[in-house]
Amino acid sequence: MGDRLTTSTLLVTEEDEKKHEIIRAKGEGKELTKEEKQRLRKEKKQHKKNKKDDRGPPEKEKEKEKASVPAPSKPATQSPAHKAAPVPVNASASESPVAAEKPAKSKAELRAERRARQDSERASKQGKKEGGQQSTSSKPKATPNELQPVVKRLPDHVQVDDPVALKKLAKKLERQQKSGQGCSLNITGVKVPLRSDYGYKVSLFSHLHQYSRKNPPTQQISIPVTVIHPSIVRLGLQYSQGIIAGSNARSVALLHAFKQVIQDYSTPPNEELSRDLVNKLSPYISFLSQCRPLSASMGNAIKYIKKEISNIPSQCKEEEAKRILQECIDSYINEKIILASEAISKYAIEKISDGDVILVYGCSSLVNHILCEAFEKQRKFRVIVVDSRPRLEGREALRRLVKKGIRCTYVLISALSYILPEVSKVFLGAHALLANGYVMSRVGTSQIALVAKAYNVPVLVCCETYKFCERVQTDSFVSNELDDPDDLIVTRNGKTHLENWQTVKSLGLLNLVYDVTPPDFVDLVITDLGMIPCTSVPVVLRVKNVDQ
Amino acid sequence: EIHEPEEVSVWFREGSSCCQETLARNQRFTETPVNMPGADKETDLSERIESFLSELKRCGSGAGSLRGSAETARETTALLRRITAQARWGNAGELMEIIRKEGRRMTAAQPSETTVGNMIRRVLKIIREEYARSRGSSEETDQQESLHKLLTSGGSSEDNFRQHFTHLKANVIEAINELLTELEGTTDNISMQALEHIHSNEVIMTIGRSRTVEAFLKDAARKRKFHVIVAECAPFCQGHEMATSLCKEDIETTVIPDAAIFAVMSRVNKVIIGTQTVLANGGLRAVNGTHTLALAAKHHSTPLIVCAPMFKLSPQFPNEEDTFHKFVSPHEVLPFTEGEILSKVNAHCPVFDYVPPELITLFISNIGGNAPSYIYRLMSELYHPEDHEL
Repeated sequence: MGDRLTTSTLLVTEEDEKKHEIIRAKGEGKELTKEEKQRLRKEKKQHKKNKKDDRGPPEKEKEKEKASVPAPSKPATQSPAHKAAPVPVNASASESPVAAEKPAKSKAELRAERRARQDSERASKQGKKEGGQQSTSSKPKATPNELQPVVKRLPDHVQVDDPVALKKLAKKLERQQKSGQGCSLNITGVKVPLRSDYGYKVSLFSHLHQYSRKNPPTQQISIPVTVIHPSIVRLGLQYSQGIIAGSNARSVALLHAFKQVIQDYSTPPNEELSRDLVNKLSPYISFLSQCRPLSASMGNAIKYIKKEISNIPSQCKEEEAKRILQECIDSYINEKIILASEAISKYAIEKISDGDVILVYGCSSLVNHILCEAFEKQRKFRVIVVDSRPRLEGREALRRLVKKGIRCTYVLISALSYILPEVSKVFLGAHALLANGYVMSRVGTSQIALVAKAYNVPVLVCCETYKFCERVQTDSFVSNELDDPDDLIVTRNGKTHLENWQTVKSLGLLNLVYDVTPPDFVDLVITDLGMIPCTSVPVVLRVKNVDQ
Repeated sequence: EIHEPEEVSVWFREGSSCCQETLARNQRFTETPVNMPGADKETDLSERIESFLSELKRCGSGAGSLRGSAETARETTALLRRITAQARWGNAGELMEIIRKEGRRMTAAQPSETTVGNMIRRVLKIIREEYARSRGSSEETDQQESLHKLLTSGGSSEDNFRQHFTHLKANVIEAINELLTELEGTTDNISMQALEHIHSNEVIMTIGRSRTVEAFLKDAARKRKFHVIVAECAPFCQGHEMATSLCKEDIETTVIPDAAIFAVMSRVNKVIIGTQTVLANGGLRAVNGTHTLALAAKHHSTPLIVCAPMFKLSPQFPNEEDTFHKFVSPHEVLPFTEGEILSKVNAHCPVFDYVPPELITLFISNIGGNAPSYIYRLMSELYHPEDHEL
């Protein structure tokens, strides 16, 4: 059954096969019933909706169906569109001109039936796929020769403007409270808190969350916390207050917290460690993403841990399993972060020559490490640190570099055109590298790359491979993070102009955290695998997937 | 009009020059006899000139009053009118000499305030024109027009303005009054063109605070609805003032930090900025951060519109960094509270940016819209080439 799943394309041709699958799915293990119930609930909703939409013009419904098929990435309230959909819909499209003469009511009923059938097919497919994955987790993944279908769900944190998605998230957080406890305990009122947005959001970004630093979600949790491990609570607080910032620091802190969690974990009776621990981690992850949206590096780390946990053989003793997991996490940190930065420094130092004037932006731990190493290897260069409001992270980088003894200059980003004629190279850090070659980094990085290009100064981006992610993005709007807007307020000469910005109704403050740099501004990416152009990121991802 | 940012001058040096001035003034008072009416006027005049100069020197620092370019232009022109009226001169040449001398002192007091020099050159041109008109000659502005004229008119250009005309003074003063009226109406003239350039539901981006742009946007907002994104322009953050002032007219405004300019540029329809000076090649000397804004607009093919009244047009070309840039205290960038690292670090806080003319789409001035390639022509109408060097 697993083989069938991996080798078949998702275009199902026979209706009978579908029915067999539904029956088989219903007869399978209990893990599917929850999903199945959800699907059935959705079908009922669809039914009711169709009966209501009866009165609407038949044209609109036709268009809606057709539109739902070619746009699988839209934040749909239904389950993700599968390729199974085109076939029955095309059939329906050919049917509809014939059915045009029939009265509207019967057409709606036909459509409702078709929709119910589609939903159940999708449900069975979903259930089968999950069941298949859990049973074949130890088997090697599908060979990369096959194109993996896009079955990704849109992440919650970019669906803030969709009230249905928000309700789903709230329900999910409530459910996680129950699943995390086990059936014997009976604690009420303790759940992963849902954080509410703060202040007026600029309309361009209404699909993103905007939180205030003064209301961390930890205030909404009562003490003692039984659902969430205390080290995770501490970590969440450190994230939301900005005490731990920077993608490497956040990932390392996350992994250390997970080590603590694994240390304190004990398998409840009648449960397997490989399954239960993964379920235990889910509410923690939801809590952390409520504190601050997860970064790409954190996402990759979590995927790695979950994979390692589910790879633990079932006959392994608990102590042994914990030791294995701790070692895995340590080796991950060591390989992907520490050794990777050593490798990157080695490559990058070749690019630094004597007499160079190097421009860096903000505080990137990797770039600072490179510069310190180069200075120790007796390269003669000086550094220009560019900084921007409101975070002013460059001051931290300045302190670290000056402590080493490197000659530094400090400017704000608005003085960039003044300082760039002196610069010979630009070194930038990255938060993530996207699959279409775009570099996602701190806001302002794209500006630096743009102006450097105008002055013909080479731009080098330094990034470890564990930060590569499969997402694609072309602008800084669709997926970003909005920081606390109160950070922009400043007092000069005793006057604070934006003090009461909340009371002025047409005023909005925008404090973006990330932006994307197009690949034509970047000349070279230095990774632990070597020096590659920006467009080779999907190649690296492919190679990594094969390795794993 | 862009506010001059604060300057923390070197206090002891400034103090000593102030002292010297007051000393000199006192000496002058004690020396000139008090009962001659002509001398009275003279001391009054020189007093005013001195006070204007010290205002210029302190311009922008905490002690002096903050003034925009329009005010400076008006005050300069008023002062020049007073000089014309009260100083002793016999013919146009002498008047021009006096004005040139005072003008050199004024531009030396605050070199970055180019409107002062511009107004002086305008007045000099007015004097030349009035002189030419009094002489009755028809060759008013055609002197530099044709090469043929240049070759054939060899002798007549030795006109050294030595002839005396009785009505010259009155004519010149009248012409300066016209200039003053023109100066008063510049902002309104520019704002009147707003509706031609802004359509509804636009997203307009601007940087820092410019009174011309503010008036421009407010005028358009009376009839059209649009959004404005203001880049705050660190470290002085004048964008905040601009945003609060625009909100009072119910314009949807968003304040963004400078680092986000490129990130949001893809959603912007037009970029409208003000400037401190328009240079002779059509380039700009504007607040820092404007060059980045212009490059981002060019990358996204967004039009860049500069609202600048004519008195900001200066016959200077962009020089090397030592004469073009102006710096203020690095305390704005790296405050003294940072501690020890300050002694080991160079911090820079430049005030202006150069924007080359290729990045600019349109200039909107009180006489209408122009392309940057036309600026040289406008300049030849405003100033005489011999006045470019005061």
